[in-house]
Amino acid sequence: MKITVKSWFKSGSPWVWMNAGAVSISLVMVIGLLALIAVRGLGHFWPSSIMTADYMVPGQNSRVVMGQLADDEEIPVQRLIDAGFTGLDNQELVTRQLVKVGNRDVTGSDFAWVVQPWLENIQYPEDAIALERREWGNFYGFLKEVREGDSVVASGSEAWAALNASMDRALNIYNEIHRIEKKDIGAINSKLERLRLQERGLELRNEATPVVLANIASQRAELDAEYKVLEKHLGDLYVSFTRDNVLVETLGGQTVDINVSKIVRAYQPNAMGLGGKIAFYGSKVWEFIADDPREANTEGGIFPAIFGTVMMVIIMSVIVTPFGVIAAVYLREYAKQGFVTRVIRIAVNNLAGVPSIVYGVFGLGFFVYFLGGQMDALFFPEALPAPTFGTPGLMWASITLALLTLPVVIVATEEGLSRIPSSVREGSLALGATKAETLWRVVLPMASPAMMTGLILAVARAAGEVAPLMLVGVVKLAPSLPLDGNYPFLHLDQKFMHLGFHIYDVGFQSPNVEAARPLVYATALLLVIVIASLNLSAVAIRNHLREKYKALEV
Amino acid sequence: MTEAAVAREEAPQEEDIAVKDTAIPESTDMTTETETDSRTHGISLEHLGRGRQKLSLEQEETCLDIKDLNLYYGEKQALFGINMPIPKKRVTAFIGPSGCGKSTLLRSLNRMNDLVDSCRIEGQVMHDEQDIYHKKVDVSDLRRRVGMVFQKPNPFPKSIYENVAYGLRIQGINKRRVLDETVEWALKGAALWEEVKDRLHESALGLSGGQQQRLVIARTIAVKPEVLLLDEPASALDPISTLKIEELINELKDRFTIVIVTHNMQQAARVSDYTAFMYMGQLIEFGDTDTIFTNPREKKTEDYITGRYG
Repeated sequence: MKITVKSWFKSGSPWVWMNAGAVSISLVMVIGLLALIAVRGLGHFWPSSIMTADYMVPGQNSRVVMGQLADDEEIPVQRLIDAGFTGLDNQELVTRQLVKVGNRDVTGSDFAWVVQPWLENIQYPEDAIALERREWGNFYGFLKEVREGDSVVASGSEAWAALNASMDRALNIYNEIHRIEKKDIGAINSKLERLRLQERGLELRNEATPVVLANIASQRAELDAEYKVLEKHLGDLYVSFTRDNVLVETLGGQTVDINVSKIVRAYQPNAMGLGGKIAFYGSKVWEFIADDPREANTEGGIFPAIFGTVMMVIIMSVIVTPFGVIAAVYLREYAKQGFVTRVIRIAVNNLAGVPSIVYGVFGLGFFVYFLGGQMDALFFPEALPAPTFGTPGLMWASITLALLTLPVVIVATEEGLSRIPSSVREGSLALGATKAETLWRVVLPMASPAMMTGLILAVARAAGEVAPLMLVGVVKLAPSLPLDGNYPFLHLDQKFMHLGFHIYDVGFQSPNVEAARPLVYATALLLVIVIASLNLSAVAIRNHLREKYKALEV
Repeated sequence: MTEAAVAREEAPQEEDIAVKDTAIPESTDMTTETETDSRTHGISLEHLGRGRQKLSLEQEETCLDIKDLNLYYGEKQALFGINMPIPKKRVTAFIGPSGCGKSTLLRSLNRMNDLVDSCRIEGQVMHDEQDIYHKKVDVSDLRRRVGMVFQKPNPFPKSIYENVAYGLRIQGINKRRVLDETVEWALKGAALWEEVKDRLHESALGLSGGQQQRLVIARTIAVKPEVLLLDEPASALDPISTLKIEELINELKDRFTIVIVTHNMQQAARVSDYTAFMYMGQLIEFGDTDTIFTNPREKKTEDYITGRYG
């Protein structure tokens, strides 16, 4: 039997194919995107071998190149010829490699593009070392000596072991210094600041009697004394911290003296086995996830950004859920259905379509300056003229995003409420329950999966939002986390870091674009993972609730 | 007794077993206080109202008195001047063809019609010397006293225990002992205790339709209402469950005034003491069941009962 095109269309199979195709394309795109981000981002932490080579550009003197391969690409030869190079006439494409040469303090730039055919005498010397420094990026070279003060501790082949020992010691001291500065001195500073505010507050209210002032002064003196002790201790630590130096030599033969305190990590990738490399990789990834950023966010970790993102999303959820649910309950259950509720629904839906930056502007104008300014005048007059809530911060960012995601929660909750069978409501009412009791005990629990759906959508939207946050609280670098051990523990007035903004900042505002690029991918991957895990936990809760109430959906 | 034997033979085996299982405790508990709690719930036609004494409306105490009730849905009038007394501790059945207003009349007895926005009511329904449509009446209190069971089982998505305890919790009763006792009493009263006593804290949604309907009845009697309104309580159930519900109605009528709406005339004949026939929003005839089914006054009633229409 002949199958005509028309009957084939009628059979419906083209539509099946089309749908399946659309689903497959979507899947491939999602997986491809994630794979691209993962490969580009995660490859960055792998300790690739340090290459040394002679770079012979035709018509120029030979140079030496030392560093790690970061990237390569194929470019048309014509581009090189246009740039004035010669000697590549008989081919069309040529491979160009990006080498991370480090030594920014010596050569001025971290990265160099080299044309691969011009590299000669490529070697991977076992004793090549890479030093990851707190400033000036990586150093590549060869270790000569380890010194303690002016005396040489070890040189030549023993130097590597001596360097490791010295670094262990320095890192321990560094951790202690870090702990004292952040935790102990931070706590004292926070107490001193509170004392200052207390004193100022008493002055403003004309209650500053000599007795209380003396009390405050004595407390302050106590804290100052504590601080003096810590400061002394810190000074000693700093002296011993900077005890050791290393003498290293670049491939070009220049020797550089580096203080061990400036080194974060030293490694010899060419001498590492696979196991060593994997361990190194793990420690780098962990640093990325758990540490603070360094060097204008191009090195170190992004923990504050992860923390800020999660914190903001959680606060936003806590704010948006009750508001959205209450609004939906009123609209669906109590309000008289008619013109006004219709207008409100249209308005709510339109609110979902407003560009997010508009929310940012509104948040800045209304929440930050108006509400925050009023709050400062009323509740924090002692801190003025320094603003407390009259400046962008975590709370305002969360509220702004809560406003942004409110329509989603309202719509989803209303949908859920409308799906509760009226028989169940009547059952409750017929037992003598009032409308409010029915709502609270039966209807709302049954609508909870729908509320969770709304919350999931809200979280997905809020976690990925950047534009409004730039106006209401996100900063490039926040000195401390919004949650810490100092009273009042949760600092809603503080500015915070956010993964989305971090991507923008590292990618586009960074002084060192080449170094930052893999970090952009890695941060993007992490943002996706954070959003996905926030969502998955919400989905898990929703599925649990659904399971509980599923038999009623018949 | 022969009839009962026949009925037993017709019943499936599990019912038979249920009878045997409970036979011994029944005989021992007969004289104790818990007599009402240990019913057999087997099938026995004595319970289905055969051989009852002659009833007469004049001798009955009135529980709810419907006076000149007109009900409108928007412009459309659904009930026309209904006048009838609902006798106390008796089973009153409303029969009639679809759309005749029997469910509407039932729902107006505990003001469930208030939930319909366009619904408007004229006339009175007197309960304890008080018009339930009076402005000062507390609707939720009224509904506690006049409980209702719906056509489709509507258990809450909670445990069996919580379903039954719901009405009590609404009243603010949270004492564990009181709740436990009432739940057990209500489940026994609804002939469900034996089936669910081992899984009280499992979801009520896992019960079968018939069990769910009995659970809903248990939930309703747990608050000890004076009146029980049943809106086609067995129409969504299989014959066995239907029979159990009918049996239950007979057991419950000692304690509650029961009003039942049914499509099934045999059911009305089996369970009710009084029957009201409604047609097109009007009460055509109301009287004791035997008279209505054997010797109706009205032609319409006779036509309906003999199956001419409906």
